[in-house]
Amino acid sequence: MKSGLKRQRRKDSGVKGSMEKKEQRSSEFITLAHGSGGKAAHELITRFFLPYFDNPILRTLDDQGVFKIESGRLALTTDTYVVDPIFFRGGDIGKLAICGTVNDLAVCGARPVYLSAGFVLEEGFSLEKLERILSSMKEASQEAKVTIITADTKVVERGACDEIFINTSGIGIVPSGVEISSKLVEAGDAVLVSGAIGEHGTAIISEREGISFETEVASDCAPLSEMVGAILADGLRPHAMRDPTRGGLATTLNEIAMASHVEIEIEEALVPIATAVKSACNLLGFDPLYVANEGKLVAFVPEREAHDTLTIMKQNKYGKNAAVIGRVVSKGEARVYMRTRIGGRRLVDMLVGEQFPRIC
Amino acid sequence: MLPVALIVECRMSRFTEDFENPDDAKLLLREIKNLAHSSNKERIQFMEVCGTHTVAIFRYGIRELIPNNIRLLSGPGCPVCVTPNSSIDHFISLSELPGVVATVFGDMMRVPGSDSSLEMAKASGSDVRVVYSSLDALKIARENPDKQVVFFAVGFETTAPTIAATLLTAAREGTQNFFVLPANKLVPPAIRAVLDTEDLALDGLICPGHVSAIIGSRVYGFIPSQYGIGAVVTGFQSTDILYAICLLLRQVVEAKPRVQTQYSRLVSDDGNPAALKIMYQVFEPCDSVWRGLGPIPMSGLKLRSEFSRFDFSERFDVPIPESLEAKGCLCGEVLRGKKEPYDCALFGSACTPESPVGACMVTTEGTCQAYYRYRGRRIQGEDRV
Repeated sequence: MKSGLKRQRRKDSGVKGSMEKKEQRSSEFITLAHGSGGKAAHELITRFFLPYFDNPILRTLDDQGVFKIESGRLALTTDTYVVDPIFFRGGDIGKLAICGTVNDLAVCGARPVYLSAGFVLEEGFSLEKLERILSSMKEASQEAKVTIITADTKVVERGACDEIFINTSGIGIVPSGVEISSKLVEAGDAVLVSGAIGEHGTAIISEREGISFETEVASDCAPLSEMVGAILADGLRPHAMRDPTRGGLATTLNEIAMASHVEIEIEEALVPIATAVKSACNLLGFDPLYVANEGKLVAFVPEREAHDTLTIMKQNKYGKNAAVIGRVVSKGEARVYMRTRIGGRRLVDMLVGEQFPRIC
Repeated sequence: MLPVALIVECRMSRFTEDFENPDDAKLLLREIKNLAHSSNKERIQFMEVCGTHTVAIFRYGIRELIPNNIRLLSGPGCPVCVTPNSSIDHFISLSELPGVVATVFGDMMRVPGSDSSLEMAKASGSDVRVVYSSLDALKIARENPDKQVVFFAVGFETTAPTIAATLLTAAREGTQNFFVLPANKLVPPAIRAVLDTEDLALDGLICPGHVSAIIGSRVYGFIPSQYGIGAVVTGFQSTDILYAICLLLRQVVEAKPRVQTQYSRLVSDDGNPAALKIMYQVFEPCDSVWRGLGPIPMSGLKLRSEFSRFDFSERFDVPIPESLEAKGCLCGEVLRGKKEPYDCALFGSACTPESPVGACMVTTEGTCQAYYRYRGRRIQGEDRV
């Protein structure tokens, strides 16, 4: 027996949504009024945002944060965070929004100073969740020694965004004499990574899909500005640094190979990977080289500075498992190779699209 | 002193976790070299049936480590790659029906059908959701009683038992809005189809590990008895694969083809009888079309009549578009091991992982994508990576 589906179509009004609404009280949830610019909006800012982000510049509640500039060069970066789920083992969207932007500044050698934060909130988003996020943003910015000097919120109708989106922009000061860029890598450079790879991506996918492994993997989400600061303070001058986020270590290495026109060779046996991440990736058919990190530094340093840089990385609490994983073989063709544990050699290409778990 | 392979054999049978031990690899490679030499053969061709093996062989760089007279060919063992355009078009078409939630394994998303993909259908408004298991699809059905939730049942004997278990659960619960589009395939008939290919002189098969955990190793008996070549059921880590090559070579040298199980820590002679029982309680074999291999008798699974109410296409009218295969694409030949990806004019130019033409380029376990990712667009002269 066949029947046409059209008749059965129901407007997608969301049965679940309307039931939830009945139970909601405006005092516990974001409502469209919070985005109106009126009293509720003012209350949202003064009751929630200000207590967490409080500082003299933000406190003026002007439309902009005004600050003095030091001599030297400024670095400016922006990033938008839409991670799902918003809370995960090892962090949440707020911590990520601070660390991600701080790290984007740190990897060019800049000392992160000021951040802006923009929030897109979905109607119905719980204020309790918002507070948890703001609290972890406060903690992360204190650790990274950055100040949020201007912020903005918008509220959109239910369904127009997924709970909460955050944009952060950051300004950092690049010390004079520091010139770090993915274009400056040279043949002979050592390749360092500040710790075990693939933890953030593995944590997110396990959380998202409710897959659990024997050892639970936590996101490595962390600010790297202190580690970078220590390297530079010691007089060491890395040629290039990156934080290998989406696309993982493999993608970062390829980007640098292309920017500097170099061939890079890494050793599989030297790349630190936690056993739990390795087993999770084996199960899902993922290659940990392509799995995201949120608290790792990849540094290309002159051979003679490799040992000292490694020592400083290891002294930092986020760099205990740092390792030299390979070297830049030659100038010329942009390629990344890996020497496998059993002595084979293979190409490490960029990530294409998303990694999907395999079928069998 | 024990022969080299035997030492490794003892070590590996201890069920330790380190199946990538470089010392074991060295011993095995030495043995492989000796055997390849003493075979006195100019060319020895083994085929890895399974896509996961194809990728593993690249990831460990095994091709570059074994002697030149051993050639490893990739077979039809990627469930995504062998799903024909007609099945994909059919599923895309049903995803466009109002009120339908189409659920799929992630790696089906980007597979090109005749003129669209599920990813494109999703972007243009279809409710397509990636799930990790058919059980997740059933959960979506429970949570959305006003929707018709359809699961694209693809995969080999590895996925079929879980899908069968899901349908048994749905039947027990009386779920009215959960369906599948059955497109599961069976591995042994495809191996037979490949072995029937003319001019394909194979000396042995590296048989799948995961599939064999379900179907067991005994089913491969026809390979030595009817085709006169060996078959070794193999695990997925580097020394697993090297050891399997060793065993196949020994069979070649001794001219005694037989079925052996290297992956005995997971695979028994009879496989997993409980899983097979559930699978055949719900499904029965039927003729099925494979991309590249064409129609193969009794190589697919359809729902038994008592479960046919779960077959979406039996219940609802789905417009079935005319299917076209991509012009110039050699996926079919590649899946049979007759051509290598480099033989295809589209490879690396018109067909890349970013915009795949053929299915073998779509998934990470497809032969073409494995070549592209791990060896580059073209082999330049002798400079093999």
